[in-house]
Amino acid sequence: MTSAVLPNSVLANENAFASRRRNQLIIAGLIFAAVAALPRFVTDVYMQNVLILTLMFAALSQSWNILGGYCGQISLGHALYFGVGAYATTVLFVKYGVSPWFGMLAGGAMSAVLALALGWPCFRLKGHYFSIATIVIAEIGLLLVHNWDYLGGALGIQWPFGPDNWATLQFARDKIPYFYFALGLFIVTWLVTYFIEESRWGYWWRAVKDNPEAAASLGVTVFESKMAAAAISAFFTAIGGAFYAAFVAYIDPESVMAFRFSLLMALPAVLGGIGTLWGPAVGAAILIPITEITRSYAGGGGSGLDLIIYGTLIMVVALAKPEGILSIFRRSAKSENAS
Amino acid sequence: MSAEPILKVENVTRRFGGLVANSGVNVEVRQGEILGLIGPNGAGKSTLFNLIAGAFPPSEGKFIFEGKDITNLSAPRRCQLGIARTFQVPKSFDTMTVIENVIVGGFVRHPGAAAARRAALEVLDFAALSHRANSPASELTPPEKRRLEVARALATQPRLLLLDEVMTGLTPSEARLGVDLVKRVRDQGVTVVMVEHVMEIVMPLVDRAVVLDLGRVLAEGTPAEVVRDPRVITAYLGERHRAA
Amino acid sequence: MSTEALIQVIASGLLMGLIYALIAVGLSLIFGLMDVVNFAHGEFLMVAMYATFGLWLVSGIDPVLLAPAVTALLFVMGALVYLGIVRYAMRAKANIGMVQIFATFGLAILIQGLSQYFFTPDYRSISNTWLGGHTLNVFGVYLPWPQIYGGVISVLVFGGLYLLMSRTDFGRALEATREDQGAVALVGIDRNRVFALGWGLGAALVGIAGAVLAIFYYIHPQVGATFALIAYVTVALGGFGSVFGALVAGVIVGLVEALTAVILPSSLKAVGVYALYLGVVFVRPSGLFGRL
Repeated sequence: MTSAVLPNSVLANENAFASRRRNQLIIAGLIFAAVAALPRFVTDVYMQNVLILTLMFAALSQSWNILGGYCGQISLGHALYFGVGAYATTVLFVKYGVSPWFGMLAGGAMSAVLALALGWPCFRLKGHYFSIATIVIAEIGLLLVHNWDYLGGALGIQWPFGPDNWATLQFARDKIPYFYFALGLFIVTWLVTYFIEESRWGYWWRAVKDNPEAAASLGVTVFESKMAAAAISAFFTAIGGAFYAAFVAYIDPESVMAFRFSLLMALPAVLGGIGTLWGPAVGAAILIPITEITRSYAGGGGSGLDLIIYGTLIMVVALAKPEGILSIFRRSAKSENAS
Repeated sequence: MSAEPILKVENVTRRFGGLVANSGVNVEVRQGEILGLIGPNGAGKSTLFNLIAGAFPPSEGKFIFEGKDITNLSAPRRCQLGIARTFQVPKSFDTMTVIENVIVGGFVRHPGAAAARRAALEVLDFAALSHRANSPASELTPPEKRRLEVARALATQPRLLLLDEVMTGLTPSEARLGVDLVKRVRDQGVTVVMVEHVMEIVMPLVDRAVVLDLGRVLAEGTPAEVVRDPRVITAYLGERHRAA
Repeated sequence: MSTEALIQVIASGLLMGLIYALIAVGLSLIFGLMDVVNFAHGEFLMVAMYATFGLWLVSGIDPVLLAPAVTALLFVMGALVYLGIVRYAMRAKANIGMVQIFATFGLAILIQGLSQYFFTPDYRSISNTWLGGHTLNVFGVYLPWPQIYGGVISVLVFGGLYLLMSRTDFGRALEATREDQGAVALVGIDRNRVFALGWGLGAALVGIAGAVLAIFYYIHPQVGATFALIAYVTVALGGFGSVFGALVAGVIVGLVEALTAVILPSSLKAVGVYALYLGVVFVRPSGLFGRL
């Protein structure tokens, strides 16, 4: 089907698409710039903390979204990769004095390899069987770390106090550098998603999600596609774990590998819009401040009010906006086109 | 037309548990022809079709595509070699737009997204779906979904296209558009194998027909030869009796 | 390890396994009926345990006698959860699997919050019951009475379930609904009614389990999570939707857990169960008795 002369409709469509992609990038740049300016206005340390966590979970959920949202493999065990990143960085730094920057990459690589090794058997499983297997594997990881003295067992590992320093990622006095690190991580995961979306993997992942049989008939290597998504997703999740370890400067199994982390990585994407470019960020921007603020103000003394608000919110969004909050805008855009 | 057949089905048998769906099937598909695969319900057409596409392996026998044994190759690998298919029940990617559906197929020939997109736009033009390019696939009408199936398969630039009941359920005017599309595909040099249940539509379109019954090849030849064959008449009459 | 000690381990594992089966079977039943995994299943169990505790605290009646009331309460709760939440989750046009997962997850968190709000995060236990603290000595093998009671109840419940599924109209309606949802409308079965009853039944089953567990287990808002994962593993091991599979898998899980605790530190006893589960589903992706 190679014709020398392209129909005008083809060129028009290509141009429209190219400008839409360019506009997305420009808008993203403006949003990133606006977010980068936030610390100028938010001086309260507690609120800065909330901002940092929001950006971190936006980045984590963006990573989860690659496997869960685009490729449709609902992992509820990403806490494992988060933990690997946190522990690899911490152990290398605390025990061997290796720079956290290197430890971060080492943890990312370990997670990617682990995701490939686990994907080998797990990607044969479908639907709920897959999701439950991911929960179980993460739980085994948690139990093993709990009983692994080298990793500090249940007590965990404390980062030593040092001077504020980008080389060791330690900032005890001023939390703003963590803000910029988290923002940087989010921008990287966003850009990775942006570029992969318009690439072979991006299309193949969505095809695998929608209908693996039809995908295979069109030349999509289904298993390899899932493996690629798992490795990329695990890599960035581990980077997030490494950042978290540096940020809180103390890790133990429950604080980095508990099931709730797996949930917290999936939820923003689901809330904002699964398999979309901005879904995880929008979801995190709503979910994380609500979680943190209700925990501080309503969760005091373990009254459970924070859980009541949080649980109701998840339920309402899942029922009222199954395609995520972003679908509100998409629907209005469609009706504009129609009119 | 070259002498060497594009696809040889050699002595293929497929069992499902105790059930024999295909038994000792031998078929040759000639370069550049439109071959109809027909037969009453339960004749084993769909099984043979899925076996050629690589959806599952045969119990016995071989498939030779362009002189190469493809029996043990996966569906994606066969697609890379130049075999594409459609599905009887359309399996569109429903969270994607029409053009995105077609782009998926384009990546087998074009590593880059821009080239795959351009190829997809051309295919959509060819399949008269350009006006729907940016619609979600889930919003297509049933006949449009069938054309999307064909367009997606064409995007993989096949040399052998397998069409599974693409005319079923179409109104006469929609079916005419479908027939026209199949002819234009063949004119591009693509060999076509089509499974059809409705004899009235297939017979004027195909160059040759293979009739399956009870998992075996019952008759083979030009449409005129086949419809005169007493065994074919009996098989179809028998079905009408069963259906009645 | 002596033979007696081994018998002791196996007997305890067997009894606990029967209780696990009882906890899991409601989950499997609901899944078989409508392909929905209830991620609030553990919280249903927790509610049943708190209900037992609360009724005992107020009335002083022994938990054994409270079991029917708790079961009935959970039946109502299950039916209401279907009618009020799950019914709407099933209407979603997109991401239906995700919607179900997160609607029931949200419910789980809400229930945890409510129980913390009303009962505080403290650990509670029921004391001075007929069975609590007593053991039966069978030729040197000590079996706690609460677990024996649980095992017996579990066997009776599975027997009753078998009769229900095979002999009653409701059982046949359940079966018809899970076989073919389209055909059900044709024969005039009200799907919503069957689903609501199915959720009621599934919750009632875990209600019985909660009334048993409350006798010998600490009750706190997170107790559901402790058992939920075991229940999911049991159901996936047996095969989603299979009642018989849940029974067999429950017993296997109980035995493997008890035997693992002999070899590994007891904090790792679940690892044996998880490893076994993974080994099985990697070979048989739909579990031991699941429909492929």
